[in-house]
Order: sequence, then structure tokens, then C-alpha cells
Amino acid sequence: MLADYSILLIGAILVNNFVLVQFLGLCPFMGVSNKLETAMGMSMATTFVLTLASACSNLTYHYLLEPLGLAYLKTISFILVIAVVVQFTEMVVRKSSPLLHRVLGVYLPLITTNCAVLGVALLNINKEHSFMQSLFYGFGAAVGFSLVLVLFSAMRERLAVADVPVPFQGAAIGMITAGLMSLAFMGFAGLV
Amino acid sequence: MALMRITSPHAHGPQKTSWVMQQVLLATVPGLIVLTHFFGFGTLINVLWASILALAFEALALKLRKRPIGFYLGDYSALVTAVLLGIALPPYSPWWLITVGMASSILLAKHLYGGLGYNPFNPAMVGYVVLLISFPVQMTSWAPPRGAGELPGLMEALQACFTPGNYDGVTMATPLDVLKQNNSLLVEDLWQANPQFGRWAGVGWEWANIAFLAGGLWLLYQRIFTWHAPVAMLATLTLMAALFYDGGSSASGGSPLFHLLSGATMFGAFFIVTDPVSSAVSVRGRLIYGALIGILIYLIRVFGNYPDAVAFAVLIMNLAAPFIDQYTQPRTYGHVKSGGGD
Repeated sequence: MLADYSILLIGAILVNNFVLVQFLGLCPFMGVSNKLETAMGMSMATTFVLTLASACSNLTYHYLLEPLGLAYLKTISFILVIAVVVQFTEMVVRKSSPLLHRVLGVYLPLITTNCAVLGVALLNINKEHSFMQSLFYGFGAAVGFSLVLVLFSAMRERLAVADVPVPFQGAAIGMITAGLMSLAFMGFAGLV
Repeated sequence: MALMRITSPHAHGPQKTSWVMQQVLLATVPGLIVLTHFFGFGTLINVLWASILALAFEALALKLRKRPIGFYLGDYSALVTAVLLGIALPPYSPWWLITVGMASSILLAKHLYGGLGYNPFNPAMVGYVVLLISFPVQMTSWAPPRGAGELPGLMEALQACFTPGNYDGVTMATPLDVLKQNNSLLVEDLWQANPQFGRWAGVGWEWANIAFLAGGLWLLYQRIFTWHAPVAMLATLTLMAALFYDGGSSASGGSPLFHLLSGATMFGAFFIVTDPVSSAVSVRGRLIYGALIGILIYLIRVFGNYPDAVAFAVLIMNLAAPFIDQYTQPRTYGHVKSGGGD
């Protein structure tokens, strides 16, 4: 039981990392990784929303779409669920903790367009995960996303002062670095 | 904050880049001799061909960037990358394999980032991993050691490198590979059944590792690097091997001594992990960096898909090194400790 969940977690965090192995969620990965601090904020917000959204979409599918025979609507309804979760989180955080809202605030709406969130929700259905498994899988995906986002942003801060040739400055060298990171992550293949 | 600010006094060190790189080159000599003795001329030809290519690619990149070519070629850093990749590649590799590897090392991993001192990943290991993923067949076929098979002569070795189509070499799985594939024999029987296992780890491998250890200790004595990262790496690798060692059943991952003396352990510990550019820089950072590499090497060797794991473990930690540095900055004298960067 515990072993199953830890395998699910390690698989989602390292072996099938959503950014570097499955290439989901690349937009925030490239967009919010210029500074370590913003990357930290984005990671926390994404972890929270991704875990919650994967649980909610699992419930939606099993208790709403499946009984009504509307499984073919899953993509569009998951988009709705994710948008609702993001909006809800934003409202709760703004009222309950203004400080946290200041840290996460800008990133929350951005998460709606993070394809890793929708990807996790759909993969949970494809892999026929139970509710708890969905929760763990979503959490693992979020931790994996956060891990590489934070490491990448620390690396980009260093790249910002490197003597990169002019044609490769900025996003180009970021893409190349992301590619090399993906190469490194292939070493985890076969661990679980 | 991206750079560490260090206050005065600023003392001059006698170490110049070219001198440091020369020492590193010199320290690989014992290992090269042992590899040549046990596996034939293949490694030497790898190193020579890689060195020629490294200088050519380096000159090309410098010319494109309009930098002084002679000045940068004189720092020997491209040669060090070439020698390290040449040692890491299997002996009797075809010329195109080495060319692709050197192009990835020098052009992709080094000069796209601005050249010496800016590369976030170890260039030699980037070249190695690019090759390992793109050409797994060529990269995992290792020559049989002296005693387990006949060593090709110099002409045959040259033929293997430059006219690979005409060369029909014998290959043999490395001890690490054999141990990984094994799931039926006890370790002791495995030792009996395969000629490539030596006294402790593998014929040739154990002596090559001891030679690289000797070269590394000499570099340590010359103060080319500090002891933190290599010692931390070897310590955690030993610890992991000891924790998971079950006395030699068929599912065993190998004894600590086997892991210390086989594959690229010592070569990695003293020549790759200690790369001053791509590793963590603070003392605590180096300890963490080395320790995690040791753990990753064991995990990937025993549970992963690849027989040896030094290159992957180093690249994975290379990408974590800036983050580690950010959180292990030493306290500046006279300042109160602050959490993380400012």
C-alpha cells in the first residue's frame, strides 16, 4: 500500500517528470523561471492547485460524468473544474491570507493555462487511478514540476550573467538548457 | 543574487588555468597506462582523436566569436575535456562516435554558454550522455580485458577507429553490466562463470580505478581541488552499497568494494565531480553535491536502466548545483546569518 504510493510518487516526480520527460507545462517552465523567488511562488501555487484539481476532476468524472454517460465531455469539463479551483483558491487566499496572496497572487490565474494540470486530470482517467491515487499522482506531478522549475530558475540566474553568444541569449539558451536537463533526467529511466 | 561577493583582502593565487589543466592532464596518465595495458590501444586512440577534434572545434568556436584563438587554446581546457571523454568512451570507438561526442561537448555544452567558466554542465559528461542515448549499441560494447580475450594490435586499433566498417572486434559486457543482468546466479558463482571479474571488481577495472585514485590523490596534494566533493561521493556510494548488500545473493547489487573499484567510480570522483565550473562552490555545497551524486550513482547502477551511472548522476547534480549554492552561501564575516539569497 505504502510502497504503491511511493512508487507512484517517485514515478511522477522523477522518472516520468511532467516537464522534462512528458513535456507538459512548458509555458510556465520557460516563462516564470527567470528569478528564483518567482519560481518558488509559482511552485507553491501550482502544487496546491494541481493536487486539488486532480482530486476534484476525479470526483467530477466518477460521480457526475460517468453516471450520466457524458464521459466524452471530460476534457471540457476538466477545464471548467480547473478554472473553478483556481478561482476559488484565489478568492480564499485573498480573504484568508493577504500575505500569501501577495506571494502567489499573480501566478494563480496563470495556472489555469498550465497544461500539466489538465494533463494530470486526463492521465488519471486514462490510468484508471482511484481517488487516493489521483491525489498522490497530482501531488507527485506538482512536486516534480516545482523541483525542476526551481532548479531551472537557479540555473537561469547564473546564465543571466554568462557570456552567452548574442544569437543564443535569453530564451534560446533557456531552451537548450531545458533540453540538457531533459537529457540528464533520462538517467532516471527504469527506476520504478 | 547571482554572484558571490567576496570582500578584501584579495590575495593572488599562483594557480593559472593552464597550470591547473596541465596538472589534471598529468594526473590522468597512470589511469591511461593501466587502461592501455588491460584493454589495448583503443583508449589512447580515443584520447588522441578526441584531442585533435577538441582543438579544432574550440578554434572554430573562438573564430566564430572573434576571440583570440591562441590565448584560449593555450589554457588546455579543451584538451582536458577531450581526454576525459576519450577515457570515458569504450575503447575502439569509431571515429564518428568520438566526433559527435566532442561536438556536443565543446560546441553545445561549452561554447553556447560562453566558453570556459560559464558552462553549467560538465562538457565531457554532456558529450557522453548524448552518445549513450543516441548510440546505445556502440556505447555499451566494451572490449574484453587482457586475459579474457585477445587484445588487438596498434594497426587493428587504428582500423577500428578510422575504418570501423572493416573492423570485426570482440566485445564483452562489463562486470557492472553482468551483475545488473544477472538474476539467477549467486555473486560467487558469477565470479567463477565470467572471466572479466577480477580479484575485487573486474579485470582491469580495479587497477584502472586504483590508478585514477592515485592521480586524484596527487591532484588533491597539489591543491587543484578540495577533498569535500569526492570524499562525500565515495562515502555515500559505500554507504548505499553497504546498506543494500545482502552478502551476495542473485539479486544483490554488489559489495561496497565492488562499487568503489568498478566502472567509472574513481575517475568520476576525482576528475568529473571536482570540475570547478559545474559543481557547487561552497564547502557545505560541495559536501551535499558529492553526497547526492554518490547516492544517485548507486540508485541508477542498481535500479536504473543504465549499467554505469556516473555521467547521469553528475549531470543531474550539475543542474542542482546553482540551487545548492544559493542556499549554502557562507556567512560573510560581521554579518548576521540570513536565510537563503537576498
